[in-house]
Order: sequence, then C-alpha cells, then structure tokens
Amino acid sequence: MTRPRTIVEKIWDDHVVTQDPGAPAVLAIDLHLVHEVTSPQAFSGLRARGIGVRRPTQTVATADHSIPTTDRSLPFLDEMAAAQVRQLEANCAEFGIPLHGIGDPGQGIVHVIGPQLGLTQPGMTIVCGDSHTSTHGAFGALAFGIGTSEVEMVLATQTLLQRDPKTYQVRVDGRLTPGVSAKDIILALIARIGVGGGTGHVFEYTGAAIRGLTMEQRMTICNMSIEGGARAGLIAPDDTTFEYLDGRAHAPRRAAWDEAVAGWRRLPTDDGASYDKSITIDADALEPMVTYGTNPGMGIPISSRVPSPADQADPGQRRALERALEYMDLQPGQPILGQKVDVVFVGSCTNGRISDLRLAASVLKDRHIADGVRLMVVPGSDEVKREAEREGLDRIFKAAGADWREAGCSMCIAMNGDQLRPGQYAVSTSNRNFEGRQGKGGRTFLASPLTAAASAIAGVVADPRKLPGIESLAAVGGR
Amino acid sequence: MFTSRVVPLPAENIDTDQIVPARYLKVTDKAGLAEALFRDRRFNEDGTLKDPPFVIDRPGMAGRRILLVGDNFGAGSSREHAPWALAAWGVRAILSTSYADIFRSNSLKNGVLPIVVDPATHARLLELIAQNPDAELTVDLAEQGVLLPDGTTVDFEIDPFAKRMILAGTDELGYLLSKDAAISAWEAAHPPRVNTLTPAR
Repeated sequence: MTRPRTIVEKIWDDHVVTQDPGAPAVLAIDLHLVHEVTSPQAFSGLRARGIGVRRPTQTVATADHSIPTTDRSLPFLDEMAAAQVRQLEANCAEFGIPLHGIGDPGQGIVHVIGPQLGLTQPGMTIVCGDSHTSTHGAFGALAFGIGTSEVEMVLATQTLLQRDPKTYQVRVDGRLTPGVSAKDIILALIARIGVGGGTGHVFEYTGAAIRGLTMEQRMTICNMSIEGGARAGLIAPDDTTFEYLDGRAHAPRRAAWDEAVAGWRRLPTDDGASYDKSITIDADALEPMVTYGTNPGMGIPISSRVPSPADQADPGQRRALERALEYMDLQPGQPILGQKVDVVFVGSCTNGRISDLRLAASVLKDRHIADGVRLMVVPGSDEVKREAEREGLDRIFKAAGADWREAGCSMCIAMNGDQLRPGQYAVSTSNRNFEGRQGKGGRTFLASPLTAAASAIAGVVADPRKLPGIESLAAVGGR
Repeated sequence: MFTSRVVPLPAENIDTDQIVPARYLKVTDKAGLAEALFRDRRFNEDGTLKDPPFVIDRPGMAGRRILLVGDNFGAGSSREHAPWALAAWGVRAILSTSYADIFRSNSLKNGVLPIVVDPATHARLLELIAQNPDAELTVDLAEQGVLLPDGTTVDFEIDPFAKRMILAGTDELGYLLSKDAAISAWEAAHPPRVNTLTPAR
C-alpha cells in the first residue's frame, strides 16, 4: 500500500519532470496566465535569447491591471499604460498566445477569466506573474504567483524549478451565520496567523464550512492565501467543483468529462496523510471582519475596538502598530464601527465575481448611498458585467448612487487612475490595505461585499447584520 | 565576496508596494527603477525629500550594498520590480529573519542575496549598527558567512542550487533549456490538459 498523501503531494508528484540530486524539481506547468504588467520584460528576454514560446496554447493573456475602467471606446489618458497594453498585444501576436484584450468579450481580471472559461481545472499546476494566482486553488489546482524571470522560464520551457512546499491545513468547522461570508473567514485566518504565518507552505482549506461554500466563495478564500504568506492555497475538488465546471468552454466534454471527473475524485488528501502545520477555525463564532491597519493581518471583528500599541508585548509589533495607526489616523481603543468613509470599492479578483455583485446589490436595492460617499462597482470581467446587466444589478447600483464601471483591477492596485486621494478612507472588497496601495496616502479598510455595501449606505463602517432584511441573506453561508 | 556598510530598515512586513509603488509598474523594461525605490517613503507630494529623510537618503547611505531589514520582508505582490529596483540602487545582500516566498525567489534571480539569520543574531546586528552606523560587514557567499568587525562570522544557509547558479553566473532558464529532452518526454506522456485557443469539443 502506498503512503497516504495530501492533495498537494499528489499534484506535485504528477508534475515532476525530472530532478537532479541537490537541485529543485523541474515542475511541468499545465496553464500559464499572462497580463500586461509582469510580462513585457519576459518577452524581451525571449527575444534576446532568440527563443519562442514552447506551449502558446497552454498560455492565455488578458489586459487587466493598467487599463481604464471608463468608456472603452475612448483612448487611454495614460500613455504609459497604453504603451504597455500595446506591447502585450504585440507580444501575443508575435508569439502566438491567445489574448482576451480590450474589446474582447473574454476580457477581465486574469483570476476571474480562468475559472469562467473552464481553463482552471482540478489537479493542474497553474502559474501567473501575479501573487493572487492562488485564487485558482479553489478548484483543487496547485496555483501560485511567480516573478517575471519565472514568467520567462515558463514561456520558454513550460516548466519551473521548484522545491516541494510544506503543507498547512486550515480547517474551518461549523457554519457561517447570516451576514458573515467567505471574506470574513480568510480575514479571520490572516488576523490569527499574521501576514507571514504561511510562508513556505501551501494552505489546504478543509472542514464543513469550506465544503458548504460555493466555488466563487472558495475563490475568495484561496485568493488571499498569499496575504497569509502562503504562495498557494487550495481546496479539494468535490461535486460543487464539478457542477461549476460542467459545460464551461474549456472543460472536457462527454467521455473526456467522465474520465476527468474520475481522476479528480482521486485528488483529495488521503486519510492518514499528515500536514506540516494545522489550525482550526470555528465558522459559527465568526463576525464580519474589517482591517484597521496597513497589512491584511491587522484585522478585527467588526464590533470590536482598534488595538492599542501599549498592549503589545513585542517591541517590533508595538512600533508596527503605532506606525499603522498614525498612517490610518485612528485612535487606539476606538470602535471601528462608525468610522467615517469617503469611498467604497466593490470589485477585484477577491470579490469582483457575479455572486459578490449580487450580495452588494441585495444590500443596496431600494436604498441610496450616504451623501459625500463615492461607491465604485467594478465587475471582475466583461462576462460578469454582462451577467450583472442581464440581472438588472447595474440598475440597482446606479439607482443607489454608485458608479458602474468596466472590468479590470481598478482601485485594488490603483495603477489605472482609479485611486484614493491622500487621507481618504475606503471600505474595499479587495485584498491589500498596504500604505498607498489604493492611492498615495489613501487609507483602506478591507471587508466583505456585504460590509462594503452597508458602509456605503451608512457613510461609516457599518455592520451588515444590522440591516433590516439581512436574515434573507442566510444563503451567504450556504450554497 | 564583498564588503559594505549597512542600511538599517528594521520595520517588519515591508511589502513590495512600499518597495516599488504600483504606478511605477507601467514600464516595459527595467530602466529607471532606482528612482521608484521606496518612492512614497522618500518623497512628499510636491516631489521634495521628506524631512527627516527616509533612511536611504540620509548622508553616507548612497553606495551601501547591504540592507538590514525586519521580518517577512518583501510581502505581498509578486512584482520583480522590487528586487530590480533594489539591485539598481546597489543592494547586493539583505539580512533578515525571513522573507516572503516570491520576493526571495525573485531576489535570487537578480543578484540580490536574501540572507536569513536567527532572531538573536538579527538583534545583535541591529545593536551593532546602532552603536556603529558605519560598521562594515563582509558577505562571503562561497563560505556562506557574514564577517563582522569583531572578527566573528555569522554562518547562513542558502539553497545549494541557488548558490551554484549565482557563483557560476549561470541562470535557471539556461538550466531548464538543457532539460529539453526530459521535458519533451514528459509532454509525450502527458497530453495538454487544455488548449487555450480552442474550446473543448
């Protein structure tokens, strides 16, 4: 009998091409996602060596980071961004890589379109020059972000040099309560283990609460694995996974589908397999989470108070908290509820999918955002935008006073002109609250789409559970 | 092997958005990134240097090649622009208790050595630099040691393969290209899972 293995070990073993003594493994890559920001220097490298792309049809590109989310028929205001997107188009044309660029109905944030097209499948190795590649782990794929030198290696050889990762089980027991969602699970995890807690490891999320999540909710969780320091995070595939994939453009069909599903059913971690680390979280005990500081680990349950540097035993932690509160202009011990908000951003590869927009719309329906608040709703892909418009969500957002935009990364990374002004406060459904991340001097509270929408209405950080009718959102925690 | 004075930056969890803000990622080459390094920590809104200046702008810091930083340096975004900018400024080695995974991998590919030391050694180095800001350290990759002014040496671990690559001046892509036959054999036995050009039939 073979040794019990985790899903990570199974995927790893399936993809080792060769390994010299003392060297890292040469790991085969099934799918390579490419975007405009981290790829140009890699293509230049290929040209300098006079080599091509080994597997262009295992590669797919889109423009998402630097593109405007305003009217796409207008020229870019930012000439550098325009040049970067033109460079991506030229690179894809020269090297034969399929591109879902501006104007293509498949355009969108790279981590939204992969699953949407059915390209992201269980058991795969998936890489992208983007740290949120961990998103694709929701399908039981080993998916991780790489640097541009590695982008060049994958383009050239469809492989990477990798050391086998350690594994970290994150078991989430119980069931979420109404008003609490996947985003709150991952923010709670990172608040517990810190932004470096998962370094060197791959998270495997297990437990009843995870099993009860939809694929889009699972993507939200896996997406932010990197914010806990883990380069990848995954969830074993199950019927929820197969149901999501069945019938998508690039998913296997007919006999090939049956064969694929049979293989995918062998992927989950074997009984008796061991992890290098483990942690357990009780979903029933979770509240909506919100960050107060300048990294995603600085998060608290929404009803609690901003921590005090005086309570920090470790001098390094104390200085970090002092600096964070100074940047955020928050007082130790103040409640986070009721804190003024200038901007609310709903979108990103974390929470820019159709179910995220439905949640935000469910709160905003027949309501209006507070005076002085700007609400931006940015769909994760062109397909998400079309679906939202089919369902009339755009009309709900506009009637509530929101700005309904074109698809892209937008204010999550704030390199396309969608950004905070210095000193502004935002509740954001994105993934990073680093200093300046959403605009120089901007201040970010990370939260779920429900909390973001409730805060837009209140004009301050607000608890979505206090909204009338929230009980009808009980489905948040279920399928 | 090289000898340099040290730039101390002991804060923990310095993310790659601090190292290179996202608006500097619109380049299609690697030029000019030294200007972007720690940009928003160094400059006011009007483009003047902050007062007091950020550590790398203080007198005597230019030309230093060793950065002494806090835990989990390089967290967040995978942008290789971070080590490109550090290398462009002149950094060749970093000392910390830990690094974010992607940043560490990226640094090793750009001649920036991410050296890990234990917390006690880290505290000792911070103390040394606090007492003598111009203390010189010698980094010896071949011997895997950092020589301190008092004549003692701090040993460090490094992935033996990465060490070999840096010392030999070869790159990982060259190594991977030499595995072409093995890759072809693997591909022959493992048909592609998807074709990104053509939907499944």
